[in-house]
Amino acid sequence: MVPLGPTRASIHVCEASGCRSLNSEQAVDALAERLTEAGVTDVAVKRTGCLGVGLCARGPLARIDESGEYFEELTADNLQGAIDALAAVEPGQQPTGETSEFASRQLRVAMENFGLLDPEDLNDYLARGGYDALQKALHEMTPGQVIAEVSTSGLRGRGGGGFPTGLKWTTVAKAAGPDGKYVICNADEGDPGAFMDRTLLESDPHRVIEGMAIAAYAVGASEGYIYCRAEYPLAVKRLRHAIRQGEREGILGKNIFDTRFSFEVDVRLGAGAFVCGEETALIRSIQGGRGTPRPRPPYPALRGLHGRPTLLNNVETFAAIAPIVRNGGAWYASIGTPKSTGTKVFALAGRVKNTGIVEVPMGITLREVVYDIGGGITDDHPFKAVQTGGPSGGCIPAEFLDMPLDYESLAEKGSIMGSGGMIIMDDTACMVDVAKFFMEFCVEESCGKCVPCRVGTTHMHNLLAKIAEGEATMDDLAALERLAGMVKATSLCGLGQTAPNPVFSTLRYFRHEYLAHIEDRQCPANVCPVAQREVAGV
Amino acid sequence: MRRLGGSYDALIESLHAAQEAFGYLDDEAMLFISDYLGVPRSRVFAVATFYSYFTLKPQGEHTCVVCTGTACYINGAGAIRKRIEQELGIKSGETTADNRVSTLTARCVGACSIAPVIVVDGELVGKLSPDEVVQLLMALPKGADQ
Repeated sequence: MVPLGPTRASIHVCEASGCRSLNSEQAVDALAERLTEAGVTDVAVKRTGCLGVGLCARGPLARIDESGEYFEELTADNLQGAIDALAAVEPGQQPTGETSEFASRQLRVAMENFGLLDPEDLNDYLARGGYDALQKALHEMTPGQVIAEVSTSGLRGRGGGGFPTGLKWTTVAKAAGPDGKYVICNADEGDPGAFMDRTLLESDPHRVIEGMAIAAYAVGASEGYIYCRAEYPLAVKRLRHAIRQGEREGILGKNIFDTRFSFEVDVRLGAGAFVCGEETALIRSIQGGRGTPRPRPPYPALRGLHGRPTLLNNVETFAAIAPIVRNGGAWYASIGTPKSTGTKVFALAGRVKNTGIVEVPMGITLREVVYDIGGGITDDHPFKAVQTGGPSGGCIPAEFLDMPLDYESLAEKGSIMGSGGMIIMDDTACMVDVAKFFMEFCVEESCGKCVPCRVGTTHMHNLLAKIAEGEATMDDLAALERLAGMVKATSLCGLGQTAPNPVFSTLRYFRHEYLAHIEDRQCPANVCPVAQREVAGV
Repeated sequence: MRRLGGSYDALIESLHAAQEAFGYLDDEAMLFISDYLGVPRSRVFAVATFYSYFTLKPQGEHTCVVCTGTACYINGAGAIRKRIEQELGIKSGETTADNRVSTLTARCVGACSIAPVIVVDGELVGKLSPDEVVQLLMALPKGADQ
């Protein structure tokens, strides 16, 4: 609903998946209806993506732009508060700054437009400086200069690998591609417990497309694909919509901004295979095949989609490109730590009070994320561990709460940065069960091409199940460790090579829990089948 | 299919379209896609069975996908699955005898902030206790239009 006269106040209502599942659409409609009935003509009711305030669990959320007030659990019969607050807004009022800890600790680069634009409206994006970076790159910079800025920024792959983005772009730019090159955005966010890419695509799809277009210009590509999970229908819908709008306005397609540069982009759907996040498997899948990886080299940067040089980056990596081009690589490099520059988007979930998407400077401590931003543990239980990096990652125990979050520190502790999923666990979690959960995931998601992964993960899962049943011996534990080392060393792709990580890290920090299951036949957290046996008196 | 032309590249998109139209992939649909795109039948079947999103079994009138992602697991998705098994007598991937509800599991639907999550007929529902899930499924009408 857009006001007929000048706008005195405007309210943005979250329309990302989380809030939509709590009926935010009905709330928007009801609010617009109520205001119309009351004869209010100077209030704008706008839809937006995620507000990024970590209150997803108490949605639908809304925010009044002028006063900065947030409203939780906005339903059709709970609108009075918002209506009264809208009526109280003075003309020309400015918000008095962020109130919540969740918001004030954050630094938004990839998420800078969150809660301020309608993801389905290109004009909103343009009004906030959208596609300015692309114009700047096309009109004022050579491809080499764009790559130089990205290299200066120190940006590293946000999909989890942490490979320097500038280096990757340089490789693709130098590769000979007489038949053309491709730019692919990896939006196959398969890690269970991660929803950063989904939120970015649902809240600001143009930002990702702009990053891809700049990348295409820099490496000399003219075609691109966004490989998105079929499980994200709303993200797919908004992406397709954004691409259509861009093509209509001459921002995508042929001769962009009246230059010789052309860039066509299309969406391709995944179909529920975790392994397709691996770049060679993803390329197979885009070509309509089974998503099985192939040995590297040759790397996709030299021989990728249809045998042509292909640049593959993650959603969040592309989302950081426009600000880097706009403000310069040095500005980005001044954020974060020397080796891990810039900001990282994390998805907070699990046993934590505030759940949702946060963007923080690299090098922030885990404690700040969990306690200051996350608000601490649900029901004030004791913190036990945080799991990062999904099935390829590991658990960080409480003793390292004060460690900085960057690529190197996480790797040193036996986990990985990963794509940014962060699952908080308290004393109700059993680490053997957690390891078993991830192993089961790897068993199901292994593509079956190479033996170590296909067979090894199954055996590891059987051993973990045996430990959980309380029927294992110390020999089984030794076998598990041997097997984990072998699978890590001999698997074909990243899925298999990292599948043992949850086992390694739980053994490293929570070995006593394994021993309790094996020697005492007990599950300290009372989760595993062995605990049920005690009760039954077997 | 028309949009992408007849080629291997269109295979996954075509399977998505067919599943969306019919609810599942039967032999007829797969044969049609194979002929239309000029892709060997073995290849169509191989791809359809590789990806967990595709199903070759007809679904009930309603589908309920239980998310088993990490956040849902930590917040009690296991208990939800157990209750569904007890109350409806069906395991994941099965359909009730009266063809009213099918249950499936998904690896993660990316709505971790409102875990535990289920997807009923394509709509996300979050933060439910096992009892509430069963109530919701029991209340789904029989013989209603999809």
